[in-house]
Amino acid sequence: MTPVTSGALTISDGRLALSALLILVNVGLSAALRLGLTRSLLVASVRMVVQLLLVGFVLEWLFRQDHAPLIVLVGAAMAMIAGVSAVQRTRRRFAGIYLNSLLSVMASSALVTGLAVTGLIQPQPWYDPQYLIPLLGMVLGNTLNGISLGLDRFMEGLRSWRDRVETALALGATRWEACQEVVRDAIRVAMIPTINSMMVMGLVSLPGMMTGQILQGAAPDAAVRYQIVILFMIASATALGVFGVVGLAYRRLTSADHQLRLDRLIG
Amino acid sequence: MDRLLLLRAEGLKRQLGDRLLWSQLNLVLAAGDRIGLVAPSGAGKTLLMRALALLDPLQAGTISLQGRPPASWGLPRWRSMVLYLAQRPIAHGGTVEANLRSPWEFQELRGRGGWRYERITGWLQALGRDPSFLAYDAERLSGGELQLLALLRALQFDPSVLLLDEPTASLDGATTAALEALLIEWLAAGQRACVFTSHDSEQIQRFATRTLELRP
Repeated sequence: MTPVTSGALTISDGRLALSALLILVNVGLSAALRLGLTRSLLVASVRMVVQLLLVGFVLEWLFRQDHAPLIVLVGAAMAMIAGVSAVQRTRRRFAGIYLNSLLSVMASSALVTGLAVTGLIQPQPWYDPQYLIPLLGMVLGNTLNGISLGLDRFMEGLRSWRDRVETALALGATRWEACQEVVRDAIRVAMIPTINSMMVMGLVSLPGMMTGQILQGAAPDAAVRYQIVILFMIASATALGVFGVVGLAYRRLTSADHQLRLDRLIG
Repeated sequence: MDRLLLLRAEGLKRQLGDRLLWSQLNLVLAAGDRIGLVAPSGAGKTLLMRALALLDPLQAGTISLQGRPPASWGLPRWRSMVLYLAQRPIAHGGTVEANLRSPWEFQELRGRGGWRYERITGWLQALGRDPSFLAYDAERLSGGELQLLALLRALQFDPSVLLLDEPTASLDGATTAALEALLIEWLAAGQRACVFTSHDSEQIQRFATRTLELRP
């Protein structure tokens, strides 16, 4: 047995390297079907490994800190990275898309995580990095997906429904009347992964955080309680973030003169 | 001589990238006018109509309806009065009737009388169609039938100015003649005018009271 202090079995360097072979499944599939994902997959894998190894060191340092502004700053930096990454998965852009994404990610995650640490979990102090940072991280990771999906779907939707939207405008619809179906569709699609994952939670998937806690020897009941709070946080932050980013994109791609401004789309 | 002045456009310009399509364009539309736009394909006929309906921002110039600028009407009202019919009409799912009814739900049109069955069937009759047309599945209409749907959808709001982008491109000769007659009758029934395009030069000669040539 490994020492009790760690709680879980330690994975040796060699076995860690062995696990990387699993990505070859994806690479093989991508090559066989010409999905054009090989490069992205490899880059993503390398980034994942390097980022996590680095973050291990960073977290060890961070968890020793006891300085609210510093911890909030780290959180803001995480949110910024999430906001930028969310845009990078979309097929098209418009001027201001990064700002929109940043605003939506930051506002939604700050609100929800803030409520969680001050009202629901209540660590002492509220900015205790051992709680704040992982919670924020989980919220951001999921909000990011929702924002990517919502933005992409909204831009594609406006393009493919362009004639329908403009027909409504030409008959005297306001921009909201003409676009609301596209807006709704984008928000709905962006929420699907969150809703799906809640539906099968515990039946099909054992979430990462809960698994981690249980491996560390936490009582399943305690781990489950954290997981429930986390999932509600994720659901509400994703909804807020998606609503914000699609709403901002809607304002940007239409005008106050009730025009569809697809000329502002790049790509 | 005392025909009501409907639409006035002054100094309009349209540029696509570096290419100047038309500029210094002036247009005065009075009630009863039927203006045929004359220009080769790609010269910006559609873009002019879109500009008049303010579906695109104006690049230069001013435009007014009955002496009032667009902002004072409000853009949704402007478009319900200067109504643009696209070259390729769009219908949503459901019957023809559902398509004719749905725009009445728009905030702008809600208080304006609403759907009138007899009026629509009267127009249908003039176009050689019987009322069963209303029950057709709009997504299965032919190109020509879609054009009829789009025309009826527009006429029921009694716009001051109809902007018709190739309104008869997919219609047979008999229906085209019926549509022209219906339009002339409709225009005469109020203070109304229309602007249209056509690839058929005979139609322009026959139907237009005046033509407007587009040039850079």
